[in-house]
Amino acid sequence: MSDQEPMGPHTRVVILGAGHGGGSVAAFLRQYGFTGPIVLVGEEPLAPYQRPPLSKAWLKGEATAESLALKPLEFYAENDIDLRLGVYAVAIDRASRTVAVSKGAPIAYDVLVLAMGARARRLIIPGADLKGVLELRTAADAEKLKTALGAGKTLAVVGGGYVGLEAAASAVSLSAKAVIIEREHRVLARVACEQLSNFFQSYHAARGVKFELSAGVEAFVGDKGQVTGVQLADGRTIACDAALVGVGAIPNDEVAKAAGLECNNGVVVDLAARTSDPAIFAVGDLTQRPMPLYSRSVRLESVPNALEQAKAVACAVTGRPLAPPEVPWFWSDQFDLKLQIAGMPFDADEIIIRGDTDTAKFAVFHLKQGCIQAVEAVNAAPEFMAGKQLVASQKPVARDKLVDMSISMKQVAV
Amino acid sequence: MSKITFVEHNGTEHVVEAKTGLTVMEAAVKNNVPGIDADCGGACACATCHVYVGEAWLGKLDKPSAMEESMLDFAENVEPNSRLSCQIKMSDALDGIVVTLPESQH
Repeated sequence: MSDQEPMGPHTRVVILGAGHGGGSVAAFLRQYGFTGPIVLVGEEPLAPYQRPPLSKAWLKGEATAESLALKPLEFYAENDIDLRLGVYAVAIDRASRTVAVSKGAPIAYDVLVLAMGARARRLIIPGADLKGVLELRTAADAEKLKTALGAGKTLAVVGGGYVGLEAAASAVSLSAKAVIIEREHRVLARVACEQLSNFFQSYHAARGVKFELSAGVEAFVGDKGQVTGVQLADGRTIACDAALVGVGAIPNDEVAKAAGLECNNGVVVDLAARTSDPAIFAVGDLTQRPMPLYSRSVRLESVPNALEQAKAVACAVTGRPLAPPEVPWFWSDQFDLKLQIAGMPFDADEIIIRGDTDTAKFAVFHLKQGCIQAVEAVNAAPEFMAGKQLVASQKPVARDKLVDMSISMKQVAV
Repeated sequence: MSKITFVEHNGTEHVVEAKTGLTVMEAAVKNNVPGIDADCGGACACATCHVYVGEAWLGKLDKPSAMEESMLDFAENVEPNSRLSCQIKMSDALDGIVVTLPESQH
């Protein structure tokens, strides 16, 4: 199966998982001219939709189910994509190339694409099953959270990561109160540098978000089955009307593991998104993928990553050459802040800040031996765009120019 | 409903109908028009929905925001009629708009 030879019209592609990744694989296959049968199997009752707005625009009522949908429902019938919703894979039989599913007969495949994503990590503590203890991965989760966010209500957020910060910002915008409870001594501890953590924490605090840092969570307490508070390790209880748990995600790789595919915190794939079985691909949050730029492999939870891999699968199936690897990037909207991140700060030995954190318009550059590994830009699009190009080129950057706001990023990037 | 014509870099045309209020990017994505990636879903965060707007329509558009200008500044093959299609909202005044797609969005 060479990348250059298109697979014939009798090739049957089965996609397990109808999220942003799975839905995009189907769409790109048709866009790239694939005419064979496509079966798209999704566990949720909804056709593929965008998840990032769930904690932002959607929560604030600025997006609708229609605007979230990746494609209108009729797209699937019009493009001869057999969309099967409310169905999930139970087992993959690689010898007979069939997938046993929760509903209906086993599905035969020539090419299988795994796109089952990741699920929210749950806290195994007393009270975790109380009503009002919520997570945020799906539209159904977001619906529950939205219901809990009326004016004057208090949302406790366990976990000061991006989902938690975004939900807290949305809660405050809806005149609810928010308390972020974080085990580490700062928010975004696992994903951002200290300077950025401090900035976001102050910005949120100035807008009414409360913080409990270095705080362990012992239990959720409740009344008549409904959560009423979060009990901390120091004995205090933080009263709340709902508690959102945002402490990371774990890949849904059980079916892949059981089928004997190589897994290591996600399904291991190559740059073409192929697993250890050449007939099986995997995309999105589920995958452990190579990152040649940083000479390592990572599991990314981001839409651009899912799209890049979805295109790689469509290229392999239709015989198109694979595009060069992209610089990973991420974004987050909180209040009026637009955070854009390009690259990852692996092995960075120096941090340079351009701009002024007090003006909420700045960028944090992470350098390794004078080359930019990552940039975190707050309301600073030129820094993000130029930074992304510099991450890709790994061209050494002049530090004196980088800190000098009178020199444009265009000139810095030259 | 108004009409949008997308012209791919290779000349292939796609004519789609778009509701008022929908962005040009959303119309492209929902109709699976090739060449508009829109990685960020319209958050003006990625510049992968870059289009060239036909001269007749350029003057009818709102001026780009500082954010859009900054993003475009670093996109590939930018021309004076370059815009991010996620920032163009459809209205009756734009019925018939023609946009041409760049060779690549990356």
